[in-house]
Amino acid sequence: MYKLLLCWRYLRTRYIALASIVSVMLGVATLIVVNAVMAGFRREMEDRIHGVLADLSLESRSLNGMPDADWHMEQIRKVAGDQIEAMTPTVVVPGMMFFFCRGNWITREVIVIGIDADTQADVSALAQYLNHPDNRRKLSFDLREGGYDLRDHQAGPEAPLRPQMAEAGWQHRRRTAAARALEERLMRMERQLQSGYSAPNHADHQAPLPRTGAVEDNWGEAPQPAERQVHYVAPSSSATEPDFANLGLAATPPTQDPFASRSNHDAQQGTTFDPASQQHTGAIVGIGLISYRDAEGMDQFLCLPGDDVKLVIPNVAMPPQAISDEFTIVDLYESKMSEYDAKFVFVPIRRLQELRGMIDPTTGVGMVNSIQIKLKAGADPAQVRDKLRAAFSPMLYHASTWRDKQNALLAAVQVETAILNVLLFLIIAVAGFGILAIFFMIVVEKTRDIGVLKALGAPAGGVMGIFLSYGLLLGLVGSGVGLVLGLVLVKYINQIADFLGWLTGRPVFDPQVYYFYKIPAIVNPWTVSWIVAGAIVIAVTASVLPAWRAARLHPVEALRYE
Amino acid sequence: MSDELERILRQASRPQRPAPDPRLRVPPLVKGGLPLDGGPTLSLETDVKPAASPAAGSVPKPHFPASKPVELSAAVSSPPTPAARPSQVQPADATAYLLRTVGLYKSYRKGSIVIPVLMGVELTVREGEFLAIVGQSGSGKSTLLHLLGTLDAPDRGEVHFQGHRIDNLPAPSRDILRNRHIGMIFQFYHLLPELNALENVLVPLMIANGVWTFFSRRKQLRNRAAEVLQSVGLGHRLKHKPRELSGGEMQRAAIARALVAQPELLLADEPTGNLDKRTGQEIIALLRNLNQRQGLTIVMVTHDQYIAGQADRVVRLVEGRIEQ
Ligand SMILES: Nc1ncnc2c1ncn2[C@@H]1O[C@H](COP(=O)(O)OP(=O)(O)OP(=O)(O)O)[C@@H](O)[C@H]1O
Ligand SMILES: [Mg+2]
Repeated sequence: MYKLLLCWRYLRTRYIALASIVSVMLGVATLIVVNAVMAGFRREMEDRIHGVLADLSLESRSLNGMPDADWHMEQIRKVAGDQIEAMTPTVVVPGMMFFFCRGNWITREVIVIGIDADTQADVSALAQYLNHPDNRRKLSFDLREGGYDLRDHQAGPEAPLRPQMAEAGWQHRRRTAAARALEERLMRMERQLQSGYSAPNHADHQAPLPRTGAVEDNWGEAPQPAERQVHYVAPSSSATEPDFANLGLAATPPTQDPFASRSNHDAQQGTTFDPASQQHTGAIVGIGLISYRDAEGMDQFLCLPGDDVKLVIPNVAMPPQAISDEFTIVDLYESKMSEYDAKFVFVPIRRLQELRGMIDPTTGVGMVNSIQIKLKAGADPAQVRDKLRAAFSPMLYHASTWRDKQNALLAAVQVETAILNVLLFLIIAVAGFGILAIFFMIVVEKTRDIGVLKALGAPAGGVMGIFLSYGLLLGLVGSGVGLVLGLVLVKYINQIADFLGWLTGRPVFDPQVYYFYKIPAIVNPWTVSWIVAGAIVIAVTASVLPAWRAARLHPVEALRYE
Repeated sequence: MSDELERILRQASRPQRPAPDPRLRVPPLVKGGLPLDGGPTLSLETDVKPAASPAAGSVPKPHFPASKPVELSAAVSSPPTPAARPSQVQPADATAYLLRTVGLYKSYRKGSIVIPVLMGVELTVREGEFLAIVGQSGSGKSTLLHLLGTLDAPDRGEVHFQGHRIDNLPAPSRDILRNRHIGMIFQFYHLLPELNALENVLVPLMIANGVWTFFSRRKQLRNRAAEVLQSVGLGHRLKHKPRELSGGEMQRAAIARALVAQPELLLADEPTGNLDKRTGQEIIALLRNLNQRQGLTIVMVTHDQYIAGQADRVVRLVEGRIEQ
């Protein structure tokens, strides 16, 4: 009892002890905040990685893939059927994407992923990262009329508006088609004027391909299906010399519908593709490929769903040849993993197989690169992976879990968290040394009182207990206040970051750098209890030495001490 | 030796001391509650009873009063002369000695230099005796007192308390002995500055009781402490911190603290050394009274001849030995 009374009194009368309480408190609060934010980032990252990647994948080592997806899936089921929920085949191939923006062709290096729209949703949460709400419900490669999200649906109301998305969809496509047609007409009229009174009888059919297709011709060295050729006029890059080939076309009365002229034009080549009413094969492109984030954190789009892009990919021939085709952006993919968002283009698997020549002409069975597997709840991906590794020759196949794929990244975050924890625990250890020093001072100061207590019959253990409970009390109070402070800081972390940003004039949490609009934070009760327990243990440990010294004081010497 | 130890241990570890041994003459601290009324009250104005003799062993020690505070100022009037007291009675039975030392030696070493302090101290303290030890500064009086109070161990020799050897007891037994059987007061009072008078007096009771027993008997123990403080004339200063008390008041608080567990022996190391003559006299009168009214055995160290003269018996410590 005297232990508690005395340590309570010492705590209340010795304000220097508050210094160590404050350092314990700050250490605990920082640890809680840092761990919460790191856990938040990690969770966010894992969610994203896992959302993009299936639990498990079996990939062919060859880019050309494995011949029969159904056969492989059957084999997989044989190996670990009881743990498998769903599977979907995919074709993954590196490629280039080109799109036209404000008079320039923009080129991107991409990974083209052919997915099966029907079964993909069973395997991974890809759909939830799509922009159009209907696509999130049911993935479709058809362009929507409109209704694309004006805000990042994952971020909530604080995300800035994306006003450009209001136009996305068919309306944008129609408008663009109209504008281009008009532009084309104006161009032709201009040429007509320039060429003056050139003989109208100049051969109309001299050039089978109009000059305006020059841009595509420049890079489309691979044989292209003629019916997919679309000819847009690049305003500045188009030929400046009179183009007699188009004169006849341009001479059509201006009152005529521009679309009609377009169809005429296509009709000349034996196609009836109308960009205002028709789309190419749908493609879902990563948001990072076609947008950038400006200084205010607003997303600026270079093109929108409804615009067309060109993809160039290698076919399965040896040596591979570049194949190109035109696709229409039907939706945006925003996983917030910048690595993925700036790389992935999803297209229907069948189309990709066709383009690459992966379909066996006799059986109609397509080859696939990989099979994505979703496991039943509770199944251990690593275990199933090992089973697959045993069943499928590693020389030809590579089985990996989603964690394996981003192991470097996840491990880096984990190591970072661990290092931060060690460093921050060192802060608490410093506080521990503060406690040690302060306690030694108090023991020296209280030497005579310790002698008195011993003269009154207090056992050595009791004297030790005074200082141990003192340390415990400091640890409890310090980590208790630190706990509350830490939790409050975590709760208001975004407000605090905003305030700090306002104070320093530069954002602490720059949404340009991160794909989140707010700092993610997860308070893990386990981590928190570990931190608090660690702080208390450190405080008590620091008080052991002074307490032991106090307990060992010789009563007579302590009494004689002045 | 081992059964001696066992007896002490058994006796010491009892939570409540029923004191079946008639030699102890100490009523249990609490037996069916503290008497709040009706018990004989302590007052210095009442007739001075002769110090209890060993024959009076079965007479229980009066309880501390609950209601009547002690008036000490009036008690300074006439210190009795040592001759008037029956201190010369030499009991034949060895167990009648409360405290006895046999050839105590103690020296301090500083490197190779040995400072001999006590060189064969032979001292016998009867039950109920008020003994004064005088000696020059540095003669080893405090050292001797520490040995008597088991705060320190002698190099050679023995200390016997109630017929048991106590100087070689293990530390826990000595702690219990000091806590409940031997009270100590010092020249500089040695109150704990963070605690008020009442809490200071409660400390020995807190040490004796665990947290839970203390809590369950909190009221009782507080009353007991308050009562003892009242009996030394500090009933009105319960909540005062030591720094708010005068020297005399602090020493009274220290006496109350030493007596709260009802020890058989009080060791006083120059209790008046830091007080003016008048206040010192009040303290001595208080000790005298405790000795006479309750038969408390007191061993007091002083170098003040006048103060020493008020004890039953005065011994002189010279060159490490007791001179009668
Ligand atoms: N720890 C120690 N180391 C060395 N010598 C010591 C130690 N403690 C006491 N002494 C010596 O022992 C002797 C006796 O000391 P003690 O305190 O018992 O004397 P005292 O009679 O109580 O003196 P005073 O009347 O001043 O209190 C002194 O000479 C002192 O110097
Ligand atoms: Mg002394």
